[in-house]
Amino acid sequence: MIEVLGVSKSFGSVRVLSDVSASFQTGRVTALVGPNAAGKTTLIKTILGLVRPDAGEIRIDGEPADAAGAYRARIGYMSQIARYPETLTGGELAEFLTDLRGGVGRVALDETLMDRLRVREFLDKPLRTLSGGTRQKINAAAAFLFRPSILILDEPTAGLDPLSSTLLKDAIAEREVGRTVLVTSHVMSELEQVADDVVFLLEGRVRFAGSMAALKEETRQATLERAVAHMMIRQTGEAAA
Amino acid sequence: MTTMRLIAMRQASDIIRSRWVMAYALFFAAATEGLLRFAGGDVRALLSLANAMLFVTPLVTIVFGTVYLYNAREFIELLLAQPVRRRDLFGGLYLGLTATLVAAWLVGVGVPFLLHGSFLTAGASRTLLVLLATGAALTASFTALATLVVVRVDDRLKGLGVAIATWFVLALLYDGVVLLVVSLSGDRNIEPMMLVLMALNPVDLARVLVLLQLDVAALLGYTGAVFTRIFAGPAGAALGALVLSLWIAAPLALAARLFRQKDF
Repeated sequence: MIEVLGVSKSFGSVRVLSDVSASFQTGRVTALVGPNAAGKTTLIKTILGLVRPDAGEIRIDGEPADAAGAYRARIGYMSQIARYPETLTGGELAEFLTDLRGGVGRVALDETLMDRLRVREFLDKPLRTLSGGTRQKINAAAAFLFRPSILILDEPTAGLDPLSSTLLKDAIAEREVGRTVLVTSHVMSELEQVADDVVFLLEGRVRFAGSMAALKEETRQATLERAVAHMMIRQTGEAAA
Repeated sequence: MTTMRLIAMRQASDIIRSRWVMAYALFFAAATEGLLRFAGGDVRALLSLANAMLFVTPLVTIVFGTVYLYNAREFIELLLAQPVRRRDLFGGLYLGLTATLVAAWLVGVGVPFLLHGSFLTAGASRTLLVLLATGAALTASFTALATLVVVRVDDRLKGLGVAIATWFVLALLYDGVVLLVVSLSGDRNIEPMMLVLMALNPVDLARVLVLLQLDVAALLGYTGAVFTRIFAGPAGAALGALVLSLWIAAPLALAARLFRQKDF
């Protein structure tokens, strides 16, 4: 479980997160949604410790996220933009990430997704020479590789072909016992397929947090896309009034 | 510590395979080989090599270091999402970069000298060692400056500009300013001031440390005489080395502090 408690963050004079509190439950898939520049990526980076909050706290499985970052051993992360050193191959990346976690003997590897997405044949080629989609598949396989109890996926299906995208969504939706999943996407219908809960961010504030069904009920809309659009319009209306 | 070593080795292996560092080593190998063959005497070869080093090493090091670290930014973000301490990541990045560039310098200059080693007199071998060590320290200092630039300036283009400006000021402009100060100070005793001015610039410091070995300090005129008197002994050389290592430690410590607090 990930708990975000009263997190605020400003970059210079721009306030990106204002007193954000949300929890991402174990055994459930939570969609983090919001328009561009709502603070989604900053919130994810704060959870990972890449961004230091001005105020507030992150708790992972009930304990404060330690500054040394040991909790990140439990997190599988797929970032939106991944660029790699010029000559690094997928195989070397996997080996390096394994070594950083104490080596092959210390961690149990889950190569299911690697096989399902058929990326093994690309593992000996430099990542920079691969197509964006293939690279994204390797990123996905790497995020699942260490049997993480927490998965953080920032636009995971961007650039994937329909088959790979389906396979990845199936892997996300498997709801492995004890696994927390946080996922973002600009494709609402896709989130609707995989997510149980929704956290809706707007201008750095949490506007809704709860189950998918509750969101639809509250907004009286049939789909997530319409529900989110409805909330954005309502917000603009409130701001104007 | 293991984490730091892992990251440093990962970086080093990537840098070596990117061929730029290979070209850098080959440049010094070619220059050294050429100078040994045609400069007429090992002392002259060393003197020319020292001049090439003082000009090329800071430039290549700070530009390559800056570009490399900016290109590694997304990879650094990926590493920060792993169970890795920022301290270890920073140390690994710096060590990987510095060790590769230092190795390129040592191999580039060292191998031709080893091949022609029999020509070297005892004095010249000592000078060569000082030259190699000074070049290594200068490299470590300019990779530290490159690291500081990258951590401090987020915009790549601006950062590269700052890096080149840093080199320009330290390697070219500074001496002009020092000359101006000297010419303006007339008959006053400028020895202490010259010493301070020299310590404030790692390139000048490196120049003095090498040239003093070459018995050409007379070429430096009045200031050369001052420096010979102060730096000629082992204590002087130790003092010079100490100040030069401060030029590594200070920017590095500042960069490390900024890196620990940085938002990625």
